[in-house]
Amino acid sequence: MPKRLDVLICSGAACISNNSQLIRKKLEEVIAKEGLQEEVAIIETGCMGPCELGPVMLVYPDGTFYIRLKEEDVEEIVKEHFLKGRPVRRLLWETPEARKIAEEKKQIPFFEKQFKIALANCGKIDPENIEEYIATGGYEALGKVLTEMKPEEVIDEIIKSGLRGRGGAGFPTGLKWKFTREAQGNEKYVICNADEGDPGAFMDRAILEGDPHAVLEGMAIAAYAIGAKQGYIYVRAEYPLAVKRLEIAIKQARKYGLLGKNIFETGFEFDVELRMGAGAFVCGEETALIASIEGKRGQPKPKPPYPAQSGLWGKPTLINNVETLANVRHIILSGASWFSSIGTEKSKGTKVFALSGKVVNTGLVEVPMGITLRELVYDIGGGVPNGKKFKAVQIGGPSGGCVPEKYLDTPVDYESLKELGTIMGSGGLIVLDEDDCMVNIAKFFLEFTMEESCGQCVPCRVGLKQMYDILDRITRGEGREEDIELLEKLGKEIQTTSLCGLGQSAPNPVLSTIKYFREEYMEHIKERKCRAGVCQFKKEEKLETAIEKIKDII
Amino acid sequence: MKMHIPEDNPQYKALKREIIRYRRKPGPLIQVLHRAQEIFGYLPPEVQFFVAKELNVPLSSVYGVVTFYNFFRTEPVARHIINICMGTACHVKGAANVAEALSKELGIKIGETTEDKMFTLSTARCFGACGLAPVMMINDEVYGKLTPERAVEIVKKYREEHGGA
Repeated sequence: MPKRLDVLICSGAACISNNSQLIRKKLEEVIAKEGLQEEVAIIETGCMGPCELGPVMLVYPDGTFYIRLKEEDVEEIVKEHFLKGRPVRRLLWETPEARKIAEEKKQIPFFEKQFKIALANCGKIDPENIEEYIATGGYEALGKVLTEMKPEEVIDEIIKSGLRGRGGAGFPTGLKWKFTREAQGNEKYVICNADEGDPGAFMDRAILEGDPHAVLEGMAIAAYAIGAKQGYIYVRAEYPLAVKRLEIAIKQARKYGLLGKNIFETGFEFDVELRMGAGAFVCGEETALIASIEGKRGQPKPKPPYPAQSGLWGKPTLINNVETLANVRHIILSGASWFSSIGTEKSKGTKVFALSGKVVNTGLVEVPMGITLRELVYDIGGGVPNGKKFKAVQIGGPSGGCVPEKYLDTPVDYESLKELGTIMGSGGLIVLDEDDCMVNIAKFFLEFTMEESCGQCVPCRVGLKQMYDILDRITRGEGREEDIELLEKLGKEIQTTSLCGLGQSAPNPVLSTIKYFREEYMEHIKERKCRAGVCQFKKEEKLETAIEKIKDII
Repeated sequence: MKMHIPEDNPQYKALKREIIRYRRKPGPLIQVLHRAQEIFGYLPPEVQFFVAKELNVPLSSVYGVVTFYNFFRTEPVARHIINICMGTACHVKGAANVAEALSKELGIKIGETTEDKMFTLSTARCFGACGLAPVMMINDEVYGKLTPERAVEIVKKYREEHGGA
């Protein structure tokens, strides 16, 4: 029986660490005390998005969106709202732009410009309950492809949709499927790359935690298309909650006959196994990931051969990212033409971004491709807090770059971002303000990639260390005039000569900050000045005082 | 190489059970090492030796894998591990100040363990809780929106609550 009210409590990672579990417990207590168990359903969902404001809670059918809940607020909500129908206004979202309290979720600007496909179920269903997923049309797409479509037709549909890899590089997904299908071999594998390693990125985590079945369904459809029976999800060990929810989802899907043998009684067989990573950033690279699943050191191999020809245990292997797979079922159900009507000419559909750093509304958002960076940072993100001045937005993590104010009206798509010297990347979007030093940011990323380099090839292993040392001396006020040119030269060489994507993209944060913030580098070197006040320089001693000191010693 | 393994020790017995569970699957090494670290807390040479023998892989491969991945530890750690996130969002929101304050409070550097074996202070890459930056984890719990003062307070409270544990 449907209940009068559905209360959705966000149990994304951020809200959990803001004690959403205590709110749930208290809510159950008070609801029981008031005798409302038959009328109010409590559902724990995945991430709803605005992590900064957690714990958050959504009440249907009215769409009331509560923020920053505390245990002591619960009684008032139950008595006033659930019993008397009067939402507790002091706990609603007051948008600073409009100075208005949002009575309903849809009035909140943070949600207004979003368009959810990959995150469609995140924050709406209980991720630990397969029936809720099925109620949203879950596994219908799998049923459709198994009973109505040939594998080639599935691949055609994905190609036509224009879906491109959401892990960062943006390779056309359908083509990848086609190559793997056409590769010789009886045994083939599907791998879901859930090794979300970019610092500042938590999109895949939210999907795995909020809608794990969407990923499983995407994998099963891919498996049917390419002719695989076995799939692996390679997931970060740092994401225990994602691992737990995936385990539950796999178990439930097996129980319902949606994984395993003879799925939908069509004779199609597919099962999924979880493999945990062990904290190596380079394992996000396809060939390194494969080595890691095989139980080896995660060292990339030269391509070709591509995994589509020779992947896991030398067999043709399809590797897709979490977000890519979460899009698949929607394309099958709503059609390639629907999907390709969203976005820009070459970048179709939507992209999930993790907004963080110096921005008012941190959290998780999904937007149509082609939206401008300005809309992302200001309209959805609410701009820079504390009256500070915007400086840049960092996109694409250690493989990406920094975009300055001047280019904020750039549309978000694979090509436009590449032209700016950054990449779409996996979706981390970190806003930087006037208090952030661009040389320090470049050094931060270089330190990261230097430490995460697998050490196989010289340009990456030695080159990044050299670049880091130069950046380090610049931030200590010991930079030399030729350092900027040296960094550019080294950077370009490393980009062109490294073995894998890690090395090839590692110089991007340095090159893009030099491109757009050259004057900050110059100030560090020539004037020993850090305009953000981040770099601490040793005081330069005047020659006379130094001589005096030496005299004293002598 | 010879090494004495007390096979009737309950920890090794538990590990053996896990190895039997994984042995038949392809490429089991990393998964087995995860279980081994859960059981022993870290991966001393004896444990690596045992895993190599039971999985029938060269000890050099086991050692190669253990030292390649950040997640595996070869030194014992304290009962409670404090991991300060050093991801980008945390970096720009002052994670370094949090690390400095905790280092001062506990009297140890990053990577070290307090004398009473209560805390190991460590840093980590991104936890994916960037919305709450800066964050730290103590064991499996995430603490967000930290200031140096709040971080110190949390650790002090932790010491009081878990002092005897």
